[in-house]
Amino acid sequence: MAASPRELTQNPLKKIWMPCKNGHPERHISQRRVCMTNCPTLIVTVGLPARGKTYISKKLTRYLNWIGVPTKEFNVGQYRRRCVKIYKSFEFFSPDNEEGLKIRKQCASTALNDVQQYLSSEGGQVAVFDATNTTRERRNVIIKFADQNGYKVFFVESICEDPDVINANIVQVKLGSPDYADCNTDEAVEDFMKRIKCYENSYETLDEVLDKDLSYIKVMDVGQRYLVNRVMDHIQSRIVYYLMNIHITPRSIYLCRHGESDLNIKGKIGGDSGLSERGKKFARHLGDFIHEQNIKDLKVWTSQMKRTIQTAEALGVPYEQWKALNEIDAGVCEEMSYEEIQEHYPLEFALRDQDKYRYRYPKGESYEDLVQRLEPVIMELERQENVLVICHQAVMRCLLAYFLDKSAEELPYLKCPLHTVLKLTPVAYGCKVESISLKVEAVNTHRERPENVTVNRSREEALQTVPSHL
Amino acid sequence: MSKRRAGGPYFTNSPTVIVMVGLPARGKTYISKKLTRYLNWTGVPTKVFNVGEYRREAVKQYSSYDFFRPDNQEAMKIRKQCALSALTDVKSYLLEEGGQVAVFDATNTTRDRREMILNFGKENGFKVFFIESVCEDPNVVATNIMEVKVSCPDYKDCNKTDAMEDFLKRIECYRASYQPLDPDNYDRDISFIKVIDVGRRFLVNRIQDYIQSKIVYYLMNIHVQPRTIYLCRHGESEHNVLGQIGGDSGLSSRGKKFSGALSRFMEEQNLKNLKVWTSQLKRTIQTAETLSMPYEQWKALNEIDAGICEEMTYEQIKERYPEEFALRDQDKYYYRYPTGESYQDLVQRLEPVIMELERQENVLVICHQAVMRCLLAYFLDKSADEMPYLKCPLHTVLKLTPVAYGCKVESIYLNVEAVNTHRERPEQDVKRGPSTLMRRNSVTPLASPEPTKKPRIKSLDDHMASTSTSLSGFAASDISTAGQPLLGKACLT
Repeated sequence: MAASPRELTQNPLKKIWMPCKNGHPERHISQRRVCMTNCPTLIVTVGLPARGKTYISKKLTRYLNWIGVPTKEFNVGQYRRRCVKIYKSFEFFSPDNEEGLKIRKQCASTALNDVQQYLSSEGGQVAVFDATNTTRERRNVIIKFADQNGYKVFFVESICEDPDVINANIVQVKLGSPDYADCNTDEAVEDFMKRIKCYENSYETLDEVLDKDLSYIKVMDVGQRYLVNRVMDHIQSRIVYYLMNIHITPRSIYLCRHGESDLNIKGKIGGDSGLSERGKKFARHLGDFIHEQNIKDLKVWTSQMKRTIQTAEALGVPYEQWKALNEIDAGVCEEMSYEEIQEHYPLEFALRDQDKYRYRYPKGESYEDLVQRLEPVIMELERQENVLVICHQAVMRCLLAYFLDKSAEELPYLKCPLHTVLKLTPVAYGCKVESISLKVEAVNTHRERPENVTVNRSREEALQTVPSHL
Repeated sequence: MSKRRAGGPYFTNSPTVIVMVGLPARGKTYISKKLTRYLNWTGVPTKVFNVGEYRREAVKQYSSYDFFRPDNQEAMKIRKQCALSALTDVKSYLLEEGGQVAVFDATNTTRDRREMILNFGKENGFKVFFIESVCEDPNVVATNIMEVKVSCPDYKDCNKTDAMEDFLKRIECYRASYQPLDPDNYDRDISFIKVIDVGRRFLVNRIQDYIQSKIVYYLMNIHVQPRTIYLCRHGESEHNVLGQIGGDSGLSSRGKKFSGALSRFMEEQNLKNLKVWTSQLKRTIQTAETLSMPYEQWKALNEIDAGICEEMTYEQIKERYPEEFALRDQDKYYYRYPTGESYQDLVQRLEPVIMELERQENVLVICHQAVMRCLLAYFLDKSADEMPYLKCPLHTVLKLTPVAYGCKVESIYLNVEAVNTHRERPEQDVKRGPSTLMRRNSVTPLASPEPTKKPRIKSLDDHMASTSTSLSGFAASDISTAGQPLLGKACLT
């Protein structure tokens, strides 16, 4: 059985060792991915309207995509809006509106077709089927569909009877929906409440006995309590953990980089230098800013690199150091300027421009590695309330990409200038972002992707977009 | 000031009392011990307080299940006394001995008893988290009894059948007064997890904080299916032969021979499903390639990063960076190579690997010396002090099988010679712990080759002295960059 071992070759971009034949890599093994199973997963939301199903769907989708699991949500309500151009009233949802029922069933069907397309033909790994799915009959249809296609099914049911929460949901996301574009607030609320009523009589919650063989999580009262049944695999376990850590208490997350450092001024990357004079000034301004904002119970996090710690020290408040927040490890290129990298490692420099997200520095890290390293930080950020994270350029880009749902392609080019604080506040289904410049000058460290990314480009072409420095 | 904790979130000041709940033979002690082992491994000082052990101390000779009858007043008094005694020790552990989590392992099946514990928690400023194990599958209960009860000290003079019979009657003594946690009404305001049918189902109520969230996640990932974990290092590498640490070299010819031996060994094990994991370094992958099986590469399994010492031999390190070399021997667990990692960092990096190992069944992990020590320390409940000195020689497979409350380990040398890469703990007499060692994430190692040391900025020193914990025996040198204030003290590991 022990055949003579295959030769190994290292993929030049990701620095992954792979077996090769005749000098060509063979696709035999894979790098550890989050979802090792070949089985795609269909997440199915369950619950009355205004219970946070779409909120959960979108947030979960954003999280899974960020950690590298291709995920897409399919909101049946949107299919319905495409089908029935004009929403008249709650009566569309009345259980004895046969015409309405037919259309809604059709929309669900169409959505499932798209799910199949996504999971079986487009390389999707997880699909989130976002609809009320409140009857066992509807859920059985979905289960059958999944069985036929070889998908695993995981239900996420949201149960909530707190009228304050329901009202808040309606105000936050329903009033602004296209359905109520021409209504005033009171009319919209009244209609929506009647809409909810239409579902109530036929609502069959996931049952301990009848549904004992299904895999699901019941989220009750916005996360006060959870019931978890038959978690089948790694991805379901991660989903459950994530859902248990998120909350909807209003809060703000502040992201910023350390103050300008001595290496920044010289145009060099990495290292562990201290703050420049301007960097120190920024730190003091940051301290003033924090005090002005008067934030309740603010937690402050830094990396374990001197420049972020120096910055935090100026705030005069307790802070926690996370090694996970350290800047991307540039390996052999640590403390080099881009000019020096071009001189010593022109091939590496070009490869990085070709795929900045997946490119791993020799003996260093890639953005992809960073995301994995930062996952526990994100998880803890979800648990927390008001937090100020003082970190680094690449790290900040990763965190920002998570909050603003940016793709792997966009992530490494997000603008995170020095001396600028980004204030993120969750709102409706997303995140509001305010950019606050603390009015202290600093070098620009943002390098855009140059036009020519081929390995045989000239030095000038390679250095075309390098920002100026000492 | 919360600056201390290295690398991870700072735990709240409130210690936590985890309270087990459930009829006998429901896996409470199994969960208690496993959870404690996991929490300690991740760096959270945790201890189990098993009331049954206190009872065995108090009542030297166990006679029969009659002791547990609800109408046995004398025994009830003793049992209550034991619980109180255990709680006193819990208090001492959490308030005076530096403990962060105490696991109170007893049946705690009545509301009265739980009320008493909640009050105890409130009085002392402890958070309370209940873990209830509910299981009515008679097969599971019988298996538990056979695995851990019939051989326990209570039944040392009984045969297995008698022991089983007595224990079943013991369980019945609790049943009538058992008040399970009631999430809908009575217990809706307390924090707990109900584990139903050995993890098929969970009910989680009011998680308060980070540690409770981690505990819940851990409990949801563990299982009791029999399985085996195989740990080994890559085959001997070219660097190994030269005595160089780290790097990314390929296998030596003996290393390749080991790969073949490993392949034959794994085949002989005749496992129905085996997952194979490697790191992303060439030597582990080369080793796996010989198996002709699919394998997964984990960056998290890469060897400890020796930073500036990468690819040096110990002799070279001792010569070039003598202070670093000495520091490492002083406290190998907390010591972080300049621009590299420490064992403590490794543990944090490996936590997702451990979590996934818990989820899996049969797995072969082909990794590296420091990594293997960390993983082994988790399975064999070794302390941070012991971990960096665990023996993990090349060309030897450790076969780990969960049994009763722990792990059986078999060491199988595959008969292919290799160099010895193990450095013993040197004779020393120094205080250890995170605060005795500071590591800044600096490029410049402690003993800088620079001939002159630059003066430190006095004002910063005073500022540092007033805000950071005091450190003994540390001699910081300055950074070579001109005019740069020293911030070593602020960068606590």
